[in-house]
Amino acid sequence: MPAGSGEVVLELRDVSKSFGPVVALRSGRIEARAGSIHALVGENGAGKSTLVKIVAGVHRRDSGEFLLGGESVDFSSTAESKDSGVAVIYQEPTLFPDLTVTENIFMGRQPLGRGRRIDRRAMHTEAESLFARLGVHIDPRRPALGLSIADQQILEIAKAISLDARLLIMDEPTAALSGVEVDRLFAVARSLRDEGRALIFISHRFDEVFGLCDTITVMRDGSYVDTVETSTTNVDAIVEMMVGREVGDLFPKTPAAIGGPVLTVENLTSTGVFHDVSFEVRAGEIVGLAGLVGAGRSEVARAIFGVDSYDSGTVTLADRTIPKHKPSVAIRRGIAFVPEDRRKQGLVTEASVARNIAGVVRGGLGTFGILRGADEGRAARPWASRLEVKTSALDATAATMSGGNQQKVVIAKWLATNPRLLIIDEPTRGIDVGTKAEVHRLLSELAGQGMAILMISSELPEVLGMADRVLVLCEGRLTADIPRDQATPEVVMKAATQTLQEASA
Amino acid sequence: MNATTTTAGPTTRDYPAYGRPLWQRWLFTREAAVIALLLAVWFYALNNVAFFDGPLTITFLLQDMTPILLIALPMTLIIITGEIDLSVASVVGLSSVLVGVLHQDGWSIPAAGLAALVVGLLCGALNGFLVAYVGLPSLAVTIGTLALYRGLAVGLLGTKAVTDFPEKWTTRAKENIGDSPYPQVIIIVILLALVFAFLLHFTSFGRGVYDIGLNTEAAHFTGVNVRRTKLILFMLAGVVSALAGIYYTLRFGSSRGDNASGMELRVIAAVLLGGVSIFGGRGRLHGVIAGVLLIGVIASALRLEHYTVNVINIIIGLLLVASVMSNSVLAWLSSTTATRRNKRGPSPSVAPAGVGTEGRQ
Repeated sequence: MPAGSGEVVLELRDVSKSFGPVVALRSGRIEARAGSIHALVGENGAGKSTLVKIVAGVHRRDSGEFLLGGESVDFSSTAESKDSGVAVIYQEPTLFPDLTVTENIFMGRQPLGRGRRIDRRAMHTEAESLFARLGVHIDPRRPALGLSIADQQILEIAKAISLDARLLIMDEPTAALSGVEVDRLFAVARSLRDEGRALIFISHRFDEVFGLCDTITVMRDGSYVDTVETSTTNVDAIVEMMVGREVGDLFPKTPAAIGGPVLTVENLTSTGVFHDVSFEVRAGEIVGLAGLVGAGRSEVARAIFGVDSYDSGTVTLADRTIPKHKPSVAIRRGIAFVPEDRRKQGLVTEASVARNIAGVVRGGLGTFGILRGADEGRAARPWASRLEVKTSALDATAATMSGGNQQKVVIAKWLATNPRLLIIDEPTRGIDVGTKAEVHRLLSELAGQGMAILMISSELPEVLGMADRVLVLCEGRLTADIPRDQATPEVVMKAATQTLQEASA
Repeated sequence: MNATTTTAGPTTRDYPAYGRPLWQRWLFTREAAVIALLLAVWFYALNNVAFFDGPLTITFLLQDMTPILLIALPMTLIIITGEIDLSVASVVGLSSVLVGVLHQDGWSIPAAGLAALVVGLLCGALNGFLVAYVGLPSLAVTIGTLALYRGLAVGLLGTKAVTDFPEKWTTRAKENIGDSPYPQVIIIVILLALVFAFLLHFTSFGRGVYDIGLNTEAAHFTGVNVRRTKLILFMLAGVVSALAGIYYTLRFGSSRGDNASGMELRVIAAVLLGGVSIFGGRGRLHGVIAGVLLIGVIASALRLEHYTVNVINIIIGLLLVASVMSNSVLAWLSSTTATRRNKRGPSPSVAPAGVGTEGRQ
């Protein structure tokens, strides 16, 4: 069946969505036709999930056109979107674990028998016929608790079919599935396509995209890039569209003298999270840690710093082993860690700027063990000044500050410890462009002074622009170690999806 | 446009240490309000309640409030971390029974007291271990140990009471400092209050206590040893409760399994009245001490006016509810004014760029 022959079921044109100052979607566009499986691809943060959530009724668009079956719609709840025939299957479906499979399928719309009692027999019969149609064997009477992720997704699909959904959106459904389960899911997806439904499939695995879908829409930076027919393109062309942008002078990386190894990580393993991760960070070097969301980047960083434990392997800082799960020891030896979520992990937002900046070093501040507010102020002031934190006074709370300013406070707090290794997770997430450049300049400067920096980022341009070396994690394994001059978006993206391609090949 | 052109030179930006002058920072606080209320009630009672100005009033008031004052000290720190300890009164009872039983067996009072302190420490350690290292909610754990420790106390002594304590010790527990109306035990209270104030307000440990209460995860990420901090606090609560139990026994010359039952709620009420947030992260020790004394003064004034205990409890209960409510009302007021202020600012929900229509066919 040629692609694009069916009628247009879903059409989005120039849809935008912002959350506060953050633009999640600038101009989303997609056109899904009946009898077609349409792939939606893009980097992390390209706006795919936001687009899906708008269609699902989770978010409301700020502007643009949203047509379903030719009619303009505006969903304010997921129930409205469901009623209009849209079904979304998420990576990990949310079911009621204590109810049976059948009860989950018919949640909220149970068929009623005599005297408005729930007609269980009718429910079971229909559930069985649904599963027969999908060609899967799931006992409709068993509780949902203990079903594999794959079966849970099938259950969601069965629910969608029983609702007679005309548009199914699958948001990274294969991320947690094994090869056999993927095959079964694809068989179901193809049979749904042949029934004349429209499917949208989101995946990072190119072989799946090319094996299953007839049309591909690429997004980048919240904007629509292009829609192509699968038969007329190849993986390299798609990757180029996904990342193809200028890595400009937003990244003032100056070459620094690279010294001896500061951090050595050997065979770090935490079952189910990351495996056998070994690498080195040298003095004066910025090492970028790239990978897709969920590849285990932050988890590796957290294990090195000690806020999480790990199963085996060693972390060595300047020839001394860092014991596991002991952040206080890691701090004393000279590791600083700027975490991913600054409001939850980086800062005590209700505490003052001075207390936050002096938060790590305060143990050594007072005289005879007496720590006064003035001591903290004295320790915090030079760092606040160096990072140009914008605050009226040092006793102002960090809660009301902008994201960029809060990030400066977190960085100031860690620089005050005079670390040898700075681990910085998503250094510029959610902060404005001006502060971004400031943070980049600071990182470059610190590396120039001989600090070892391990930078985790989901923003490929940031990694490519700042890092001397790029490490790539894919599904908890290190798949590449790329020097700066060889690091291109294509190479990094390929490494970030490498085992995914092998696993499902 | 080029970001590299911004110079990296050192800036000489200076920051004032505080946004408001000192008197404002001290005057406009919950603690100052509690202290003002304490003084107001005190002066009112002095002028209007018969015999309130007598020397015995202050003596009995302080003697009555000593166990609560003592236990309120570690309780303040525990509540600031966001936890709670409901088993303190049961530890008081257990410690009281232990002193009585061991004394009956021929132990000297100091030896029996020391044993009670050790048991109190262990009781606190069990609470702390279950909360900090096993990760159970402190409310559930200490409801359990409230029953457990009280059960042990009653089990050890049954419904009997030990009352034959040496007069030397029972009178010492009630003796005043020289000719003043202040009981000697208040020296211990003041010393411990200074220790706890120092611990909470002038050490890195105390900063950690606040950080845990405001944001446990961030405290963990900053290298605060969350588990150890909580364990230490529960152990302190155990040992201080045991000390209060020893004092309680000697003051009344009676060791019973049901001594001080229900006291945990009076301690917590006093701590909350003193301006500590039940959600953690907020509160200061001088406010708590004022809160305990406020309850003591009100109770003692009402007693002199021949009101029954029930009336006293009703009034203190109402005061507590009003004080907690005033917090919420104040928070609500400041949040509504804050949102009103924000609304005047530029609306961030307008998509700034990229929604152009030039790409449309």
